[in-house]
Amino acid sequence: MGFIDRHILSLMTFLPLAGAAVILCMPKGKDNIVKTIAAVASFLPIPLAVKLWGAFDQTVAGVNVANQFQFVEHYSWIPSINVEYFMGADGVSMPMLILTAIVSFLAVIGSWGIKKQIKGYMALFLLLETGMMGVFASLDFFLFYVFWEVMLLPMYFLIGIWGGPRREYAAIKFFLYTLLGSVLMLIVMLALYFNSINPETGGHTFNMLHYMQQSTHNAWLKGFDVRILLFLGLFIGFAIKVPLFPFHTWLPDAHVEAPTAISVILAGILLKMGTYGLMRISFPIFPDVTVWFALPMAVLGTINIVYGALCAMAQSDLKKMVAYSSVSHMGFCLLGMAALTPAGMVGASFQMFSHGMITSMLFFLVGVVYDRAHHRDIDGFGGLGAVVPVYTFFVTVAFFASLGLPGFSGFIAESMVFIGAFTAFRTIVIIAALGIVIVAAFHLWALQRVFLGPLNPKYAQLEEINAREIFCLTPLALMTLFFGVYPMPVLNLMNTSLIRLVDVVKTVM
Amino acid sequence: MGLDKLLVISAALFCCGLYAILTRRNAVAVLMGVELILNAANINFVAFSFYVSRVIGGQIFAVFVIVLAAAEAAVALAIFLRMYATTGTVEVDAADHLKG
Amino acid sequence: MIRYAYIIPLLPLLAFFVNIAVGKRLPRKGDWVSIAAIGAGLAMSIAIFFEVFRIHDPNFKYHVVYPWLDIGGRFVVKAGILVDNITAVMLVVVTGVSTLVHIFSVGYMHGDPRYSRFFAYLSIFSFSMLGLVLAESFFFIYIFWELVGLASYLLIGFWFEKKSAADACKKAFIVNRVGDFGFLIGFLILFASTGVLGYDEVFQGIREGKVAGTLLTLAGIGIFCGAIGKSAQFPLHVWLPDAMEGPTPVSALIHAATMVAAGVYLVGRVYPIFTPDAFLVIAYIGLLTLFISATIALTSRDIKKVLAYSTCSQLGFMIMGLGVGGFTAGLLHLTTHAAFKACLFLGSGSVIHAVHSQDIFEMGGLWKKMKITAATFIIATLAIAGVPGFSGFYSKDMILAAALEFGMRHPQHMIIFVVTLFTAGMTAFYMFRLVILTFFGKPRDHHKYDHAHESPPNMWVPLVVLATLSFAFWFKTPLAEKGWFEVMVPKPASAVVTAAAVPTHPAGDPKSVHDAAHRGVLPAGDPKGDHDAHLAHKAHTIAMYSSVGVAGLGILLAFGIYMLGWVDPDKVAAKYPRLHDFLVNKWYFDELYEATAVNGTKALSRALGWFDLHVVDGLVNLCAQMGVWASSLIGKFDNAVVDGAVNGVATVTIESGSFIRRFQTGKLHHYVFILAGGVLIIYLVKAF
Repeated sequence: MGFIDRHILSLMTFLPLAGAAVILCMPKGKDNIVKTIAAVASFLPIPLAVKLWGAFDQTVAGVNVANQFQFVEHYSWIPSINVEYFMGADGVSMPMLILTAIVSFLAVIGSWGIKKQIKGYMALFLLLETGMMGVFASLDFFLFYVFWEVMLLPMYFLIGIWGGPRREYAAIKFFLYTLLGSVLMLIVMLALYFNSINPETGGHTFNMLHYMQQSTHNAWLKGFDVRILLFLGLFIGFAIKVPLFPFHTWLPDAHVEAPTAISVILAGILLKMGTYGLMRISFPIFPDVTVWFALPMAVLGTINIVYGALCAMAQSDLKKMVAYSSVSHMGFCLLGMAALTPAGMVGASFQMFSHGMITSMLFFLVGVVYDRAHHRDIDGFGGLGAVVPVYTFFVTVAFFASLGLPGFSGFIAESMVFIGAFTAFRTIVIIAALGIVIVAAFHLWALQRVFLGPLNPKYAQLEEINAREIFCLTPLALMTLFFGVYPMPVLNLMNTSLIRLVDVVKTVM
Repeated sequence: MGLDKLLVISAALFCCGLYAILTRRNAVAVLMGVELILNAANINFVAFSFYVSRVIGGQIFAVFVIVLAAAEAAVALAIFLRMYATTGTVEVDAADHLKG
Repeated sequence: MIRYAYIIPLLPLLAFFVNIAVGKRLPRKGDWVSIAAIGAGLAMSIAIFFEVFRIHDPNFKYHVVYPWLDIGGRFVVKAGILVDNITAVMLVVVTGVSTLVHIFSVGYMHGDPRYSRFFAYLSIFSFSMLGLVLAESFFFIYIFWELVGLASYLLIGFWFEKKSAADACKKAFIVNRVGDFGFLIGFLILFASTGVLGYDEVFQGIREGKVAGTLLTLAGIGIFCGAIGKSAQFPLHVWLPDAMEGPTPVSALIHAATMVAAGVYLVGRVYPIFTPDAFLVIAYIGLLTLFISATIALTSRDIKKVLAYSTCSQLGFMIMGLGVGGFTAGLLHLTTHAAFKACLFLGSGSVIHAVHSQDIFEMGGLWKKMKITAATFIIATLAIAGVPGFSGFYSKDMILAAALEFGMRHPQHMIIFVVTLFTAGMTAFYMFRLVILTFFGKPRDHHKYDHAHESPPNMWVPLVVLATLSFAFWFKTPLAEKGWFEVMVPKPASAVVTAAAVPTHPAGDPKSVHDAAHRGVLPAGDPKGDHDAHLAHKAHTIAMYSSVGVAGLGILLAFGIYMLGWVDPDKVAAKYPRLHDFLVNKWYFDELYEATAVNGTKALSRALGWFDLHVVDGLVNLCAQMGVWASSLIGKFDNAVVDGAVNGVATVTIESGSFIRRFQTGKLHHYVFILAGGVLIIYLVKAF
């Protein structure tokens, strides 16, 4: 085992940070070098992710069994309070790690056009990437929390400095809202810390996998009322990130104001942390409460689906519409998870992966037209299909992928969620399925108003999408298509782990 | 002579001294008043010593007081001299520098 | 050859990618890629058809599956193909019409700026439709079901610069999605109950009683909702006439011959799952559709709209036929209809190409200018009108017979036959109205007439081929008792478990047993009694004579009114203005939906958008605002109370000091006086 093999997760996490450090040492005015360094630093995790994918053993589950995690790095970090540097991957985190590597790199390429203070932007961006990777890789709750917070700060500045006209409002809203969730998470973390015992050392522990063994809990922590409270604390923390109705309103504002690449990261990866947190932390630690709370979660997921879609239909800002469509799509994740069936759980996880790609495409595409027309008013365009056919082609692909057309990954994910959830919640799924009509309606309506119909003469000279933008979109489009036709490569990654997760939760019923 | 008469004399003397202190403006007169009060006290010391306690301690105390009164008078007169040298008066009302 | 059936859809898929990627740069802009792909598909389909035909086994089935999606064995979806007799026929129908439309389009779309894109879209449609035909599970038919919707969307909106086209393509997709919603629920119910997705596996599960009763009825109706959407049945028929905004070859291929028939195919495919109640729903939906569309077609002025409504109406015949138990009849009508309706549409395309108008009142007398088109059009019209000797007569007659048989068994449903028969007459009437106004009489617009000309051979050859296929002898030799289609595509046995399915009827109730037997509920192979055979024969005879009668009547009326001028149609219209407006406005369905569903959804979305912005987000902002208020309140408290206390101590000290210092006069007398006074007071206190 070479150095890279032993520390592959750490490398994926901290290479971007190293890039950020190098960028900060660069003298002023070397914008191109800064961009190149950023591109390299964010590209390096991709080959590592490919290596990870190749070396990953799909037959072991992980989830709550420490010795089934792979690529583990386990050291003591802050011995006085039992904090460990504990990283590892299983089927729950693998798709997210791969997605993060890919989307981050594409977002750096997508940021090529940033003019203002490129050095600070790229440094913050790489810091953000470190935070995201860390969240998906860490197995120690404290470490998880640190990365979770690390991510928050650069996001605040990236929206607050490089954003649109109402950027300060959006940035503060995002920061405070997310911080509220973090605080709840912190409280739960401390409650868990002080009420569980590390079976190996006898001291308290932050190790998530220990929390998942009920034998480590003390009597207080075994009380069902306490567990409900702790679960709800975590749930709200994660729900804000997902974002679940009614905690979703930071999302449209943050998206609308954030620069394109940051919207991509926000929708493509950050939102997944909420659902990932539920899968990684809430469900295995509180399986009994999960079963108890499954129906409300399914209801919330359905509200997200239908409500998000209807809100999206009402928007006149293209980016806001896409933002609300994310709200709608993340509802599928929750519905699938709440079903607690293999198909639902895998569907939810696949939806996270697939939505990461599709929504990234959508935000890139909105950015493309905004860069040229300097507005995003859906009704302000018309007939662009005749002027910019290549762009129209990409938008059509992305829109149809987003509305769940078979052949794209979103369809597989959504239908698996429906199939998985239908056995558990019949009426709810029927209501949720109404969402597919509304989703189709607002996508096509927007498509019509922007691209079809008579040409708006104002945009007769609109510039076609350029090579760099096509470079960002093509891999995403191809992956969406490939995994829509043959999803097994990704499904195989997560099958074993998620089935274990379902069984872990189900056994307490 | 009994104790009562001596105490009456002492009280009268004390009142004379107090009267002098309260009414006189001249510092020397005030000093004289003080001397009267001290001597009133002396009479009490001696009288109680002789009639009540029957030990010599009270009379010894009276001697101490006489000595101290002499020293006090000396210091006080020196102060008055310095006061007269700086302010040109020995009126006690003029010396109100300690007024808050 | 059957083993290679999976190649048939893959060829057009390949052509799609080639044309999308490099079509523009290929010689002839890549039309030959698509044509070659579909042509090869046609050749293979014909080969498969004859292979199946030679086997001549009603139960023939070639079924292979491959693993596709597998979640640790807990949820498995298999990909595969199923070729049986229906599939073999449908393959030929789809590839045949598709090939002819491809060829026709070379002429029709000549010079269009997005010529190669058009062929790419045709290819993706052919791929999806063939995939739909070959699918062997509910999951995959749903996939291709959506994909044909996509192709339809792209092709209707092909001339997207026209607002009407842009509207129409959106409408088509969304209305179809509404139907697909039902389809999804239907197959979810079936999957949740049986745990499998393949047709045969699901039928087996139903046979084992895993799902029955109302739930099964609902599942059946749900799946039928998919057919309602795709086959433009009432109440989701509104998208089809609008879809005529697409190029005419598209109308012929997708919105007449193949895609809209997919709903009929679906119902036929999953025929065993329907319960008697579900069949009743199907029959009445079909009945409503065929009647409503036919009435609208009576007054339409647009040549393509008339054909569109007649398509709706004919699809209604098929659906109704399936619903009343005429399985073979419905599917046969699907097959025959594909040929003559494609011929009619391509013919109308040829006419539109010639006169650059779609209004039949601007045509007239075109017979002299375009003889081939007119001849083929008339042959196809004879077929659709149900004139003996033509394919439409043969299939429609079977449907009518099925309806009559059903009506004879259940007199309360006799209305189905009556309305259908009446509509058959209307069909003949409005189709001949169309023919007469277009091709006969005097030219009404001389300018357009003068410019009219016969279309080039690559356009009229497909017409001739399709017209030839509109003769009945392809399906049944004149004197034979039964056509090959009837032999090869028999009604499948129902999978519905009778006893469990009709718990409301007490066991042994003669009526329920009778019902069950006649709705095809009893297992296959149950010998039909003499009574049944006799009834069927009787129904068939009556249906045949009456259908010929109403067709003749309809044709006669059309000639009388539009050729000989017995009655002036305008006067009739003026006499019943309300009825006329009602029909011209298509029963106000569009207005109704616009007012309810469309505006309702829009209003709801606006309301929710407002709610989200002002209430949900308002609450968030209110929380923030309250945080600000609370903090300012606390700030004030801090300033006034906490800091006030600190400052207060200081102030009190200062104030009391400045008060007390007044006693500090510095005057010796005062001090002594106070001293003395003090002593006195102490003395007095102590003393008393």
